[in-house]
Amino acid sequence: MIPLSHFLIVSALLFSISVAGIFLNRKNMIILLMCIELMLLSVNLNFIAFSHYSGDIAGQIFVFFILTVAAAEAAIGLAILITVFRNRRTINVEELDEMKG
Amino acid sequence: MLLFSLIPMQFQTPNILLATPEMFLLAGTCFVLLTDLFVKDSQRFITYLLTQIVLLVTAGLVLFGTTEMNLILAESYQATGQSGATAFSDMFVLDPMAQILKISILLVTVGVFVYSREYLRARDMYKGEFFTLGLFAVLGMMIMVSAKTMLLIYLGLELLSLAMYAMVAFKRDDGRASEAAMKYFVLGAIASGMLLYGMSIIYGVSGSLHLDHIANYMSTHPVMENIGLLLGLAFIIVGLGFKLGVVPFHMWVPDVYDGSPTAVTLFLGTAPKIAAFAMVIRLLVEGMGDMVQGWQQILSLLAALSLLAGNIIAIAQTNIKRMLAYSTISHMGFVLMGILAGSHEGYAASMFYIITYAIIAMGVFAVVLLLSREGYEADQLNDLKGLSSRHPWYAFMMMLFLFSMAGVPPTVGFYAKLSVITAVVDANIIWLAVFGVVMSVIGAYYYLRAIKLMYFDKPEGSTSSVLALVKWDFRVLLSLNGLSVLALGILPGTLMTVCLKAIQSSL
Repeated sequence: MIPLSHFLIVSALLFSISVAGIFLNRKNMIILLMCIELMLLSVNLNFIAFSHYSGDIAGQIFVFFILTVAAAEAAIGLAILITVFRNRRTINVEELDEMKG
Repeated sequence: MLLFSLIPMQFQTPNILLATPEMFLLAGTCFVLLTDLFVKDSQRFITYLLTQIVLLVTAGLVLFGTTEMNLILAESYQATGQSGATAFSDMFVLDPMAQILKISILLVTVGVFVYSREYLRARDMYKGEFFTLGLFAVLGMMIMVSAKTMLLIYLGLELLSLAMYAMVAFKRDDGRASEAAMKYFVLGAIASGMLLYGMSIIYGVSGSLHLDHIANYMSTHPVMENIGLLLGLAFIIVGLGFKLGVVPFHMWVPDVYDGSPTAVTLFLGTAPKIAAFAMVIRLLVEGMGDMVQGWQQILSLLAALSLLAGNIIAIAQTNIKRMLAYSTISHMGFVLMGILAGSHEGYAASMFYIITYAIIAMGVFAVVLLLSREGYEADQLNDLKGLSSRHPWYAFMMMLFLFSMAGVPPTVGFYAKLSVITAVVDANIIWLAVFGVVMSVIGAYYYLRAIKLMYFDKPEGSTSSVLALVKWDFRVLLSLNGLSVLALGILPGTLMTVCLKAIQSSL
């Protein structure tokens, strides 16, 4: 049987990749949205692994809710992305700099 | 038949009546949403009126309760000796703290909608969606305040955040607003991710999502040596820090305040702060109260950094909304100071601070709304010049709000800061108390500068009257708002006692 720590390591790796993706990516806003999804998925993996190994069902219920909310969040994120594109004609992260200070 | 056998025979009706106000609010929101479809643009007042009625009735339900709610509360009081009862399999709690915070959230939102009506109308934003999104955000806040499990905290938070993202982007053809919405969305999503990651670790170590079970686990195990718990705590604090907008997680605050339409800034800067306070209390104090040594240190650092950065950077701003954003950051530092004191007095002081801050911030943004008119945002500090000669009464109100933010007696800001600092001194964190006082002296500079602009400078450019725009309800509410800041400052005792009693009987 695969030990719990392996799941946790994979999920920690996924989480780090998503955080790194958000902060290193300077080009495309869609990649930001993808990183956010990846972050939530790594949390899901964590919850499922803990839930399975402790025999408590609540963690798996939580995952259902996270999946639902992530879908709603992606919808709003893409909607905002479209308004940004309409107003700016670009989805480059670096050009999102009208406000500073 | 197989399906039928899966249903337990003694199915008890879950005890859900304690959530009557939330259920009413949800039904009312759906009703407003549907009604608005049949209302013409010229009759939008109907939507507005319905929204206000729903909010006020919900506030009444929270305050007085229904007969059944009061019965459940009384039974629970007799059984456990605690004022407060749970519903939905212990996931939802109604205690005095939740009641007071919910009432504040609802009343502040009523005020926000009164203030924003004329602004929205002048900018072609007077749409039903604005009110519906606002109502959904309020529902999210009420769920956050009453949450007893990490699941409900997360769901309430997301309901609030998703509605707020949409509200910030409400002016679709405004490049600044959509930029602000994008920044808010990305950083808000990162915050939720961090918070969730922390929650998953805490769940893995303690084996439960319920805050009481987590607290039980922590009181029977050595918590400060457990790396897993410390890691989970750190992630949760990062998530909370983003949501509260404290340094170093404050990057989104100035841009979002500046970029969103002022009516949205007004909403964003008031009621959600109260809900965020409740979230911090539930997670850190109720759930992880035994790790107080851990979070006390982190929060002291965050509070000190917020006070420093918020107050110093605010001095350099020329835009009122940006200046107020940085001032919010420093105020959140003060709120954290009360929480990190780790005593009931400290929590009560923070609760007093956050409620009065919401009232003051509401007034300040209302004056900014008052000065703006069609096609013109009065969001530069120079727009305040000579306000006293044009509108002496509103200048006086603005002076009260700014004095209160700076912490000048006899306004309420002084007493709020005093009680928070007293709590920190009692907790023996003297350096932070001294730092807080020094920083509020520095902060006084930019509030006083705004007052100087209003009272001693000559008005610039066009000084056309703005008052034609605002209706009597705006003027009455603004006057009440200003006078309440003064009244609460002279007689802070009642609200403070209420907060202290609520905290003592809830925690």
